[in-house]
Amino acid sequence: MTLRDAAPSTPLSGQRGSGSSWLYDPTIRGIVFQVLLVVGLALFGWWVVHNTIVNLRAANIASGFDFLSTRAGYDIAQKPIDYTIDDTHGRAFLVGLLNTLVVAAIGVVLATVLGFLVGIARLSPNWLLAKVASVYVETFRNIPLLLQLLFWYKAVLSVLPGPRQGLALPMGSNLSNRGLIIPRPVIGEGFELVVGAVAVALAAAFGLSRWARARQMATGQSFPSGLAGLALVVLLPTFAYVLAGMPITLEYPELKGFNFAGGLVLKPEFMALLLGLTIYTASFIAEVVRAGVLAVSHGQTEAAYALGLRPSRTLRLVIVPQAMRVIIPPLTSQYLNLTKNSSLAVAVGYPDLVAVFAGSTLNITGRAVEVIFITMSVYLVISLLTAAFMNWFNARVALIER
Amino acid sequence: MVYRKWKTAALGAAMILGTAAASSAATLDEVKAKGFVQCGVNAAGLQGFAAPNDKGEWSGFDIDICRAVAAAVFGDATKVKFTPLTAKERFTALQSGEIDVLSRNSTWTMSRDTQLGIVFTGVNYYDGQGFMAKKSLGVSSAKDLNGASICVQSGTTTELNLADWFRANNLQFNPVVFEKQEEADAAYDSGRCDAYTTDASGLYSIRLKLANPDEHVVLPEIISKEPLGPSVRQGDDQWALIVKWALFAMVNAEELGVTQANVEEQKTGSANPEVKRLLGTDGDFGKSLGLTPDWAVNVIKAVGNYGESFERNVGQGSPLKIARGLNELWSKGGIQYAPPVR
Repeated sequence: MTLRDAAPSTPLSGQRGSGSSWLYDPTIRGIVFQVLLVVGLALFGWWVVHNTIVNLRAANIASGFDFLSTRAGYDIAQKPIDYTIDDTHGRAFLVGLLNTLVVAAIGVVLATVLGFLVGIARLSPNWLLAKVASVYVETFRNIPLLLQLLFWYKAVLSVLPGPRQGLALPMGSNLSNRGLIIPRPVIGEGFELVVGAVAVALAAAFGLSRWARARQMATGQSFPSGLAGLALVVLLPTFAYVLAGMPITLEYPELKGFNFAGGLVLKPEFMALLLGLTIYTASFIAEVVRAGVLAVSHGQTEAAYALGLRPSRTLRLVIVPQAMRVIIPPLTSQYLNLTKNSSLAVAVGYPDLVAVFAGSTLNITGRAVEVIFITMSVYLVISLLTAAFMNWFNARVALIER
Repeated sequence: MVYRKWKTAALGAAMILGTAAASSAATLDEVKAKGFVQCGVNAAGLQGFAAPNDKGEWSGFDIDICRAVAAAVFGDATKVKFTPLTAKERFTALQSGEIDVLSRNSTWTMSRDTQLGIVFTGVNYYDGQGFMAKKSLGVSSAKDLNGASICVQSGTTTELNLADWFRANNLQFNPVVFEKQEEADAAYDSGRCDAYTTDASGLYSIRLKLANPDEHVVLPEIISKEPLGPSVRQGDDQWALIVKWALFAMVNAEELGVTQANVEEQKTGSANPEVKRLLGTDGDFGKSLGLTPDWAVNVIKAVGNYGESFERNVGQGSPLKIARGLNELWSKGGIQYAPPVR
């Protein structure tokens, strides 16, 4: 706009009236160049696709996405959804994707919890606790993740005894080189009541907190809405559970033949990947948390104390909101890293998207270009969705300056 | 592994950026110009088939195919370079032109022949898939493996046969799948799996590498047919013929009694017209392949005939001591058979 406003002062401006020199109009020129750029990019994209198809055809390599609906024929170790060898490559893709999402989701939660604990421990006035946290961070942050995965898999989990000599743990659980086997909760009749109770309790807790806030804004009287909400969410479902006649029973693992039958099996491949991803990412999150807390100046704490706030309230109402502003953007990056790093699963034999789809399916069908394209797109979409959610969350908790 | 995806990426780049019009030059001319044959072999070191020996040189039954091709082209079996490949990388490496020949205990199947832009040129080892298990499990048949954890390498025909066979026999199994053979070997050795499955030849070879080979037993069932052989890119018939006939020359030589030791003598002294045609003293068979007349002499001098190569690498002259079995000549009860040089 500035350019345009300045235009009349240039010597050429006299000719504009004649209409012959729209070439010199910065607005039109800008539009023309942008259209040219878009057309150029579109042409380039078309050329890439066309050239790939022609080259694959010339090399006699079958191409296309029809393979997704053909029979996969191979089995997968961990199946969150029903899958047999008669299912399609498309279904195998879903199984691999879900396995990636499962390990990434659990990893993100555990890494966040561990990272916050370690980050705060590192700031602790307790010398021993702070040093232990420092050693943890410096050790796991500085060793390549792949080596850590191989360490957990080969040095820790694979030296465990066989299933018959496994370590017996409480509740019929067992830890062996086949993994951690725990009782599986079996859901019986009447469980809907418990689910309903959870939903009601959550809604009630939410309403309670809104009411408490509104009342405090109006009258200045506070209400322990957090504690009351927690009590609601715990007690109501428990009551419903008892009322419904305790519909959850446990299925205990039994040693049958080579392995345990029944129970829930956390395979060593899954545990190695989860341990590696969690411990590695938590060391970065710890530093992010520490940086966030240190970024809030000490004067804020002192000011809060001077106003008569107790330390716990100071932390919750003054320090944490300001620290979160610093923590969330780099925390998002760590979540994205964890998700993408889960593709190292193939090193420890965990059937994630890369191992299943970009491994077995790619080899069986030979559709390298298509499979890698789909796999890359999936990681891109997962990452963009995670980032979008975290940006939304960041906007919600951002400090509103008044 | 993503960080090992560069071979796939190379193919992608070649397919995306290569100009569509440029047809690839004849492989023979390219090989002659660079001065060596680039041969794709097993990265895991499958003793007897492809593994570095005490001197650090690649040796084995699959390696002999590479050396035979180099000998046929250059008259010098050392003019070959090896690219170690995992099961996942092998066909991509061939498609992208990174290697000239793939000789990596690969099963000839219809889909590989028709969909990957490659072509198998012959069978140097008739194999079948088997199982290995710990003796202490007391398993005498693969049918006793119900519910077992089984280590297997991904991207192989083995992975597919395994699932089909257990299904057909109404048995359950837990697959533990690894990208690299070494990883699968190590997992089996550490007790992660109850059984290991791959081609029978591979089982014999891998068993020798385990911490205590005597504690493991190869089960009697052979659940598939696995014709293993070399492959080349489609679209270059001359190069495919050279690789094909390098193997046929070895088989024909055994049938005709031509050995590494007597090949020179036979070349000058033999009156047998079949031997004369094979060794280039009669006819111009070498020229029709684009090679010298003594191409087969060079092959046999370098690696011996088929039987000699077999016995030296995997048979009685090796620690594997695999019997000829199906790989005996057709005239002696096996199915190794080469078309005549005529």
